[in-house]
Parts: sequence; C-alpha cells; structure tokens
Amino acid sequence: MDSVIERIQKGNFWQFHGGIHPPEQKFLTSTKPIASAQIPEQLIIPIRQHIGQAGKLIVNIGDKVLKGQVLSTADNPMSLPIHAPTSGTVSAVQSMAIPHPSGLSETCLILTPDGEDTWKKRYICPDYQNLTKETILDKIANAGIAGMGGAGFPTQVKVSTLAKIDYLIINAAECEPYITADDLLIQEHSPTILDGIKILDHVLAPKNILIGIEDNKPTAIEVLKKVTADIEHIKICVIPTKYPSGGEKQLIQILTGQEVPSGVLPSSLGIVMQNVATCFAIAEAVISDTPLIKRVVTVSGQALEKPQNVWALIGTPVGFLTQQCGYTNSQDKHLIMGGPMMGFSLPNDQIPVIKTTNCILAPSEIEIASPFSSTSRKEVECIRCGLCADACPAQLLPQELQWSAKAKDQPQLEKLNLFDCIECGACAYVCPSQIPLVHYYRVAKAEIRQQKLLDIKAEKAKVRFEARKLRLEREKIARAEKHKKAAEARKARMNAGTPAAKSEKSAVAAALARVKAKKAQSNSNDDKTIDTTVTAVANESVEQVNDSKSQVANAIARAKAKKLAQQNQVKLESIDTAQDIALQKPAATSQVETAKASDNKVEPKSSPKVSDKKSKVAAAVAKAKAKAEAKKHQSEDSANAQEPIEAKQVKRKIDAPFESSNENVHPDIVVQTSTADIKSNPIEDKKAKVAAAVAKAKAKAQAKKRKDAATTQAEEPVVENPVLDSAAVVNVEKAEIKPAISESNNKPQADEQTTTTDDKADITTAKKAKVAAVVAKAKAKSKAQNKTKATEAEVEQKAVKNNISNVQKSGDRYTQSPEHNTSSSDGKVSEQVITNNALSQENQLPDLTPQNQQHLEKTDKPKSADRKAKIAAAIAKAKAKKLAQTSQSATETESTVENEIDNSPSKKPATIDEQKKARIAATIAKAKAKKLAASSKNSQPSE
Amino acid sequence: MAFWIASSPHNHQQSETSALMRMVIYATIPGIFAQWYFFGWGNLIHISLAVITAIIAEFTILSLRKKQITQQLFDGSAILTAVLLGISLPALAPWWVTITGTVFAIVVVKQLYGGLGHNPFNPAMAAYVMLLISFPVQMTSWQPPLSLLAMDIQLTDTLYVIFSGYTPQGYSVEQIRTHIDGFTMATPLDTVKTNLTLGLTVVESMEAPTIGKHFGVGWEWINAGFLLGGLFLLSKKAIHWTTPTSFLFSLFVCSFIAFIISPDSSASTMFHWFTGATMLGAFFILTDPVSGATSVKGRLIFGALAGLLVFLIRKFGGYPDAVAFAVLLCNMSAPLIDQYTRPRTYGHQLGEKK
Repeated sequence: MDSVIERIQKGNFWQFHGGIHPPEQKFLTSTKPIASAQIPEQLIIPIRQHIGQAGKLIVNIGDKVLKGQVLSTADNPMSLPIHAPTSGTVSAVQSMAIPHPSGLSETCLILTPDGEDTWKKRYICPDYQNLTKETILDKIANAGIAGMGGAGFPTQVKVSTLAKIDYLIINAAECEPYITADDLLIQEHSPTILDGIKILDHVLAPKNILIGIEDNKPTAIEVLKKVTADIEHIKICVIPTKYPSGGEKQLIQILTGQEVPSGVLPSSLGIVMQNVATCFAIAEAVISDTPLIKRVVTVSGQALEKPQNVWALIGTPVGFLTQQCGYTNSQDKHLIMGGPMMGFSLPNDQIPVIKTTNCILAPSEIEIASPFSSTSRKEVECIRCGLCADACPAQLLPQELQWSAKAKDQPQLEKLNLFDCIECGACAYVCPSQIPLVHYYRVAKAEIRQQKLLDIKAEKAKVRFEARKLRLEREKIARAEKHKKAAEARKARMNAGTPAAKSEKSAVAAALARVKAKKAQSNSNDDKTIDTTVTAVANESVEQVNDSKSQVANAIARAKAKKLAQQNQVKLESIDTAQDIALQKPAATSQVETAKASDNKVEPKSSPKVSDKKSKVAAAVAKAKAKAEAKKHQSEDSANAQEPIEAKQVKRKIDAPFESSNENVHPDIVVQTSTADIKSNPIEDKKAKVAAAVAKAKAKAQAKKRKDAATTQAEEPVVENPVLDSAAVVNVEKAEIKPAISESNNKPQADEQTTTTDDKADITTAKKAKVAAVVAKAKAKSKAQNKTKATEAEVEQKAVKNNISNVQKSGDRYTQSPEHNTSSSDGKVSEQVITNNALSQENQLPDLTPQNQQHLEKTDKPKSADRKAKIAAAIAKAKAKKLAQTSQSATETESTVENEIDNSPSKKPATIDEQKKARIAATIAKAKAKKLAASSKNSQPSE
Repeated sequence: MAFWIASSPHNHQQSETSALMRMVIYATIPGIFAQWYFFGWGNLIHISLAVITAIIAEFTILSLRKKQITQQLFDGSAILTAVLLGISLPALAPWWVTITGTVFAIVVVKQLYGGLGHNPFNPAMAAYVMLLISFPVQMTSWQPPLSLLAMDIQLTDTLYVIFSGYTPQGYSVEQIRTHIDGFTMATPLDTVKTNLTLGLTVVESMEAPTIGKHFGVGWEWINAGFLLGGLFLLSKKAIHWTTPTSFLFSLFVCSFIAFIISPDSSASTMFHWFTGATMLGAFFILTDPVSGATSVKGRLIFGALAGLLVFLIRKFGGYPDAVAFAVLLCNMSAPLIDQYTRPRTYGHQLGEKK
C-alpha cells in the first residue's frame, strides 16, 4: 500500500487498457466563469432523478412551496427526496419526458416559480466535526444527493459502507470532451469542495484521500494544490488525459493499480469514489443545510454563441439554458445531454436538467454530423481490424460482441462479459466501419435482461406446477397409507397392553359401569342419554381434529351407525355403552362448549385478513349463538342421521376447491395486503377485544332470551356453519348483533383470501384467537356444569376429560402426562391437547411436551400451523356438539360405534398438508351437514 | 424543428474502412516500383488486369446479392486483393491465369463466404495457391531480373508474352528465361533449393547469377520496398505491429537455429527475410485483419506460426516459397487462436492473474 502512495508521489500511475483521445473541445467553456442561475418560467422536476426508486410526493397541486422545501420523501434506502429549487406553486404533477436515452416519460412535478426565491428556514451547522456519522448520513440523504458525475447512485448508500476504507478517491478527471463543469466548480468553489471532502473524511475515515484530475485542467490543479497544501493525507493525482479515465473503474486502476472485480462495488477493495460536484453538494447539505437544488451545467457546442458553464436549477428545461447561451442553430437541431461520448440525444428542448446532468451539448453540423445528412458515413461490414478491442478500457472484444449481438446469441454475449461494458463509446469512436457498437450492446443488454425476467417467470411457473403435481401425488399416497394405518392402529390399540390403552379401556369400562348403574336407576330419563350421546360425539370430534382425513370415512360410519341406532332405539340393546357415555357427559358438555367457542373462533381466524377485530366480533357472535343453540338443543330431540353422509359428499365436493386454495399458499401468490393487516394489528387488536366483549355480553343476553324459543334460533348457527370456510359467515351474524359488527368491513372479500391468510403467520391473530378461545372455554365450562345437574359430579367430569386427553395422546403417540392435563382447567386441557397434537404433527416433532409446544406457540415458527390446528379442532368440536345435539335420541350402540370409529383414526400419522386439508375439508363438510341437519330438523321434528 | 436522436458516442474519429484500404494500397507502391525496376512491366500488367477483373467480379456479385454497390464496390478491399495477387504472380504468366485467380479470389473466396469481413481465408493467397496447384508450369515460370536476361524486354514484348505467350520476335517464356549460358534461371529460393538437391552447399549456391551480391538480384530490393511500405503503415497505425514483428522474428529464429545446426544446407537469416514474398507477407498479407487473429496475443501466435510454417516449407517442403501456404494454414487456425487468446476482461479472474 505504501508503494501506491510512493508511486502517486512520483506521479507514476498505472494505465488502464485501451482508451482514446477524442478532441477535447474544453477550451470553449473552460476559461469563462460560471453564470449564475436564472429562474425559468416553469420547472419540471422528475420525482426520480437517480438510480433507484422514486420517493413519495408529499405536496399537492396548488401547494405553495419554499425554496429548498422537500417535495417527496424517501421510503427506502435507494430512493431520494427531491426539493423545490425555488419558491413557487406546484402547478401540476404529470407524466413528462425525462432525461433518458429512450426519451421515457415519468412522473414530474411542475413548479411555477413565484420569482421571490424565498428560502425555507435553514439551520447552518458550522461544526460538522461534532456530528455523528449517522447524522451526517441523514443530512446527505435528506438533501437528496446522488452521484453527480453521471450515474446518479444515492450518495448516502455509497458513503454508509461498512467496509474499511483505504482510499477515498475524489473524481475530478472529467474525461469527456467539452465538459468543464467540474473544472469550473473547482476553480470557483474549492473551499466548499474541500469541506465536502473533509466531511467524507470524517464519515469514512480513509487512510488516504486521492484527488484524481486530468492534466488538461491546469488552473483547477493549481487551486486544488493550494487548498490542500496543508493536509497531509490528501494527494492531488494529476493523471494523463485519456478517455475514459474518469470512469470509476478506470480511475481506480490508474490510481491504485487495482481492478474492481466484476459485479462488486469498489468498497470491497476499501475504495470509495465521489465526484467533486458531489463533494460540493455534501458540504452544502451538511454545513449550509442546502439540499441539492442546483448544479453546474456546461452548456457548450459550436452551435451556441456563448458557450459557458451555468448554475442551473434542477428542473430547468434545457431550452432555457441553450437560449441563455445564444442557441443559433434554427434547423436540424441536435441537443445532447452529457458529453459527446456517453451523452444521449434529447427529443426536444423541454427536457429538464436533473441531478446528474453535467452538460448540454449543442453541436454544429461540422462538429457532430447528423446521421441523416449526406456527409455522414454509413455503417459497413466489420473487417475485424481489432481497433475496438485495442480501445476498449474493459478489455472486451467489441467486434465479437457485435457479431453475437447481431446474431442474438445471448449465452455467447454473456460469456464475452457484455455486462462489463461501461458503454464509454471508445470502440464505436475508433471503428473504421462506423458501426454503432454501443448501440448494439445496449439493445443486447436490454434483450438479455428481458429474457432473464421471462426465464425467471417460466421457472417459477414450472416449479409451481411440479410442486403441485408432487403434492397431489403425495397426498394420494398418504391418504391411502393413512386409511391402512388407521385400520391397523385401531386394532393394535384395542389389543395393546400399553398403560394408555389400559387406562383408556378401564376408563371406558368404568364409565360403562356407571352408566349401566344409572340406566338401571332411571330408564326413563331420556335427557341423560341424550347428553351422553352428545359427549360421545364430542369426544370423537375432538379426536377427529387430530386426524381429519379419516373423518369422511368416520362420518359415513357414524351416519350408518346413527341410522341403525335410531331404528333400534327402542331396544336399548347395550346399556353399558349408554352408561359409559352418561359418565362422560359433563366433561363432554364442557368440551362441546369449548368447541363451540373455538368454533366461533374459527371464523375470525379464517378471515384475519379482513381484520382481527372483525374476527373477534364474529367469535363473540358465534359464541353467543352457540350457547343459545346448545341450550335449545338440550331440550330438542331431532337427531339427523343423514347429516354425516351428506357431510361426506360435501367433503368430496370441497376437495377440489381446497386444492386450489392450497395453491394460493405458494409464496409467489402470497397476497401483499397481509403486510398491511399485520401493521394495523396492535390497534385493531384492542378494538377487537372490546368489541368481542360487547358482543359476548349481548350474545349471552340474547341466548337467554332465546332459550325457550329455540326452534327458530336453531337455524342461525346452521346457517353460519356451512360457510365456515369463509369469513362470509360473519355477515350472517352481523345482521344479528349490529354493535359488535360495526367495525367489521370487507367481509365478503375475506372469502378468497382465507387460505392465504391462514398460511401467513400472524402472531397477533393467533394470540387473539387464543384469548377468544379461552373466554369461550370458560363460558362453556360453566355452562357445562349447569347442564350436568341431572347427571354426573365434577370428579367424573375430570375423569372423562383425562380419558379424552389420553385418547388423543395415544392417538398421536405423544408422551403427554395425564397429570398435566388434569392440573389445567378443563377447557384449557382439551384445547391444549388438540393444539399440541396438531402442532406436533405439523412440525414433525414427536418429543415435544405440551409446555414446549405452548412455548412454541408464542414463537413465530409454528404459529400458523398452531392456529390452523386450533381452528380445525374448534370446528371439529363444534361439529361434534352439533352432532351430539342432533342425535340426542340416538342409542348407546351408536355412540359406541362412533367412539370406536372416531378414536382410532386419530392415531394415524399424516403429512402436514394432508392434515390441514383434511381438517378444513372435514370442517366444511361438517358445517354443511349441520345446516342440513338443522333444516331437516325443522321439517321433520318428529325424528 | 425536429430534433434527431442518435446513439452515443456522437463523435467519431472519422476513420473509414475504405481509407484504410487505400492506405494499404498506397503502401505497396515502393515494392511495386522495385518490381517494375528489376523485372519490367509484367507485374504492373497483371495488377491492372487483376484490378479490372476484380471490380467487374465484385460488381456482378454485389448486384446479385443486392448490396449497396456504390458503397461497397469502392471500399478498396477488392482492389487491394487484386493488387496483392498481381504482385504475387510471375511477371510473364499468361493473362488468363490472372483473370482466373482474381475471379476465384473475389467470387469464391470472398463473396461466397459472405463478402467483406466474412472470408475465412485471405483471398489473394487462396487464389495464388489455387493457381499454383492448378497451373504449376505457368506459376513457376519466374522471369529473371532484366539485368540477367539475354534479350531486352520492353512493355510491348511483355504484353505480347502475357497475352499470346510469345514476344513479337517469337520468343517463348521459356526462351526468355534461359540464361546466355543456356540454363534456365529461377528465383533465388528456387536456385538454392535446386542446388541443395544437387549436393551443392548454400555458400556455393550464393554464387549463382540470380542471387548476385546479396540475397538475390532485385528480390532484395523488392522486399526492401515492401518493408518500407510496411513501416509506413505501422507509423500510420493502419496495421498492428504484432503480426509482422512476430512473423519476422519467428522466421529469423527458425532460420538462425537451422543455420547454427547446419550452415551448409541452411540459408542465412537475412536471406530468408529478403527473398521471396517474406516482406509482402509480413506487412500486407498476414496483417489482413479479416482472416487474421484479433487479439494482441492471438496475433503474436498467428505471426509466429506463420514464420515457422514459412521456414519449414522453404526448408523441407516441395515448393521454394511458402508464404501463401503458411498464410492459408494460419487463416485456418485463426478462429482457434482467437478462441484461446481472449484477453482477460477488466475485473475478471483476478485471482488467476495475480
């Protein structure tokens, strides 16, 4: 590294490959002072003037703005604000032609100056040394500074590099012919530039600062040497004039001998380069609080009477400047923005000056001939003379690139490193065949970029398609596997000698015994029997959650069993079963309530996208209804055997749409709106809770009122459940409980987004849902206790609870202690178990203890799965309850059968996808079944 | 008021392919002058014939290919080809040899491959080789320098010989070539080669009348003329220095090694440089950009390979001179050379280099 400095001190620089010496023509403007800025009638300010994204406009049409006032805000690191170059009125915001080689149009802000040129309030900061790096970077960013040498890279991004900087290179090379803007700026404002350099020094703390300047600017060199004479680590490097030595990569090579590896930033070499004009702007921004609103522009060319450098406000139309400099060429106009080597032709003279505009060139016909004039030469065949390759500073092979570009051979172009071309134009300058080489490269680059975009799209589509195919296949296999295993597991479990199985068996036996005893005592007590049925069904449903795939099969079985049971109702063949069920009743009731609550919770969860509060409301509403319904059903005896069958059919139907909704889960399609939803969660959360509370209260009141007139009420939950998969259900309930629903909007929209949202993890939603569930459970529990007055005591309830938990545990093969379950509150336990099961299955972590899983719930990883599982569980429970209610008159046989059927499938392991799908499908099916049941209940109350 | 749009860069160094071609043609003048001085009008007649034929052939093909005739016909490339072919032919070769060769060069070697910039072989050399193989007698009937001729050959005599095979006095080419002493004279290279087969040493061969004091009467000056033209081109940067330098250096090294090993059977390095078509090949044939290598490294290899081949064929081959063969062989290998001598792009493979 010392050698670099030594070499620089000796003036012994490296050389870059190639390069050319086009006529400089700098004498036209290099000796004239910079003319002061004049305010045109109208300023056209493009909102994007740099490489990166546009900021967000924060002024409106008609607003009065002050000079230096910020007009747009940057909302990401690659966007920069723009500022009012003078005071005036925002007269329009419209799409206008911007300075771009293609003559593109972009949003521009039209400012009509008021001529006052009134500054906004500025805060002068003379002691930038005391500012932190962050403050300075903020100031740079807020001043909207982009690299002013031409590329327009946001300066704060470049300066905020974390790399250790060895060299800060100040680029004053200005190698393009004609341009003298930097030269004049140095001549006139070297102290300010030095301030800017010192600020950069302060921020970046480089070991050395090198100022690279071409030897054709003797005055500027002199001035620079004078101002930096007393600063040890600033070196003025006077380099030989050669185009394009002002290119970043070339200047780095000249000064340090290092090559910037392809595709990385110079900061990786510990080098940061800034243009002198940028340094000036930085000093202005940091010290004088002046944003980047004007710059020096060289207005040159032999078509002008008085070519000179001018201070131009950003947004000044080019025509205003050329007029100021006496543009005479009245016909066959040709204006170039930038130098003759890399500048681009302007389509008209109303193009504004932007932050990167360093030159306006108005050449005469002699200087730069129009391609349409007779004197201009036409492109002829390449003769492989290789002059271009000799001139290329990037050491490319322009002639080969040109052939490949003409042949559209994109792989070859990339192999020849087309993208390392800096488009300096040296090759086309020297080409004896007049081939516009750079133009070919630009077109080829654009084509390759376009092609790459298409390729990415195609690749994504392919991956998506294959994933879907694979998934469908996998599901098919898993389904078959599950059915097989279910059958085996059922057998195994019943015959197994494990403690779980034993306890289960013994519990069942005990329950049976007790039921028998009860039955013997009061045969006439129909209510008890009904309740036991409810319990049994609820029990099943809870387990169904664990493995919903087999639910369809089970549903069929149950339906059949129910039918049978109904037929044999009078016979009361197996009293044992009835007794068992009776024993379980209290617990089951509570579970049913839990399920009910969770069921309601399901709806909000399926529509978190609409908003969380809405879901809360829905939950509350649903809960209330559920309660009312539950009570009503206790006295009602309308078992509907058909419902499971229908459920199955529904499930089939639903299968297809479900897959499509699963498709939506693909990351590509993830709806962006969810982000917004998440943001608004905290506020909405609170609101939602309040709303939920209100709703619940109301619901309770309503429920009580409706207890007696339950028949009419029954329809409502029925309506609600069929549409359980969509948030639309909330609408139905909304109609009933207006206040609670008042905040909920856009519900119908939720329909399509449901699945997507489900998969989008949202902690808040999950938590909220849990809260709702807990509330509901608590209620359910109390209710259940009320209901048990005719039957069992608390002790039995708990026993049954344990039993249920055990069944679930064994079904999922988790080592879950019954003690833990009993220690928790009843409602909580069942909920938790379900959650755990679902969770563990989702995550394929068989060792997870409930505690761990509870912890996991709070972390983000399994939250979506967790939520889904809960939803599914809740739905299942709700369904179970409903089933129980409707089949209250069913016999003991039926419940036994159901128990058997439903318990066993829960042991089957299944893939995550399948489980989710199956659960939701089951839920939907059940919901439909419920509705059917309810409707049939009304029509055939005798059944 | 319409503004016109152009792609950058907007200025140009105003060089043109046709100007480049013209400059190369002008650079052949010293060599041609030497040829005329020592060998008479023969080559000038052939050059004129070839140029006329080339223009006609080019015009026909461009018309058939529906190209821009005005622009491409006078881009100088066809004329340059014709001039180079005319220079290479034996001065007293019959007219149809020139015409056949030129038509072949323009139509087959250049235009059928896609025209300017697309021909894989140097048209002049390909035509020369075709003629040499097809018409060996005519193509090896080199005229001795005028100073060694028994009779005085004027422009009219040359014209008669070229178009009818006989001078107005009735002498055939063979008779013209015969020395006063009754033996047929050949080129210096030919002489050396023949003498070597006869068991004479190179030193003894150097005493032959065609060789004269240095490396061959006339031939040394012709080569000097082309060297002069070549240096002019180099100074104008019309050709790149790499190919000629590498070619001459390679030829020098090869002949030097051979001379060290076997002085008796090997000609000196300077003999190789200043006889035959060495300088013409070095500065006017091998530097043809279209059929040569493009990168600096590639050109160095290209030139060195040509030098080696020239030497090998001159020393061990069946033909006395070898530039045309060497050029064609190198043309064949040029794409391959280019493929493997791509320069390292800025910022690429830094690890390998440093």
